[in-house]
Amino acid sequence: MTGSPLPRPRPLSPHLQIWRPTLTMTMSIVHRITGTGLYLGSLLIAWWLIAASSGPNAYATVEAFYGSIIGKLVLFGYTWALIHHMLGGIRHLFWDLGYGFGKLEREWLARATVFGSITLTILLWAVGMLVVAPR
Amino acid sequence: MNPEERKITTPASRVRGLGSARSGTQHFWMQRVTAVANIPLSIAFIAIVAIVLGRNHAAVVQILGSPLVAILLLLFVLNATYHMWLGMQVIIEDYVHEHIRKLTCLMTNTFFCAATAFTSVYAILKLSFGV
Repeated sequence: MTGSPLPRPRPLSPHLQIWRPTLTMTMSIVHRITGTGLYLGSLLIAWWLIAASSGPNAYATVEAFYGSIIGKLVLFGYTWALIHHMLGGIRHLFWDLGYGFGKLEREWLARATVFGSITLTILLWAVGMLVVAPR
Repeated sequence: MNPEERKITTPASRVRGLGSARSGTQHFWMQRVTAVANIPLSIAFIAIVAIVLGRNHAAVVQILGSPLVAILLLLFVLNATYHMWLGMQVIIEDYVHEHIRKLTCLMTNTFFCAATAFTSVYAILKLSFGV
């Protein structure tokens, strides 16, 4: 039998479309998406640091972009992705330690991650816009 | 006879504790180590951004180049780029199956993370030492 081709395609386990979307499943996908976003977002940090080290003109360019509407939207999205990925990561660390697998616990953890990430992002930006930036 | 078959150890003993990638749980473990380290370092990074927000270039250079801030930035950048290198590898291995394409993606991932890391490190060191 070794080396002989398989007589027919192997059975495939059910795919994403088969299941009714659940919150924990969505959170798993969002964790990957935010991770990818932060991956590309690392360029924003690198650009900012390089500009600061290059001189006042380069820094002014970066500041102009980050201060624009589009720049602010990108940074707002980056902030949310960072906080969401962090809270989602903490949830994963709970699971790694063996906690939070219960039916109610995992739902509760998923809700707390969404609620926490949105609340913290808005709070951070409110503090940034109202308290820190006007100085 | 190919070199794999000439080895006197059994296939089981060769992979015992190491798995098919020959690196055991190293990848999983380092992803957790960098994840834990990322929690305080990301908070520190947000704090640093809040401190320099709205200040002029000279002040920003002085703050970012000061020892404590620069060291926190270096740790954050190196830890975060290591973490994203590991994370993106998992995503690629999950979704890209064709051999050459997978190798290309994995290599691009390494190049991207190394380039981002060293670009940022260079900038932070330049801010610190003012060369």
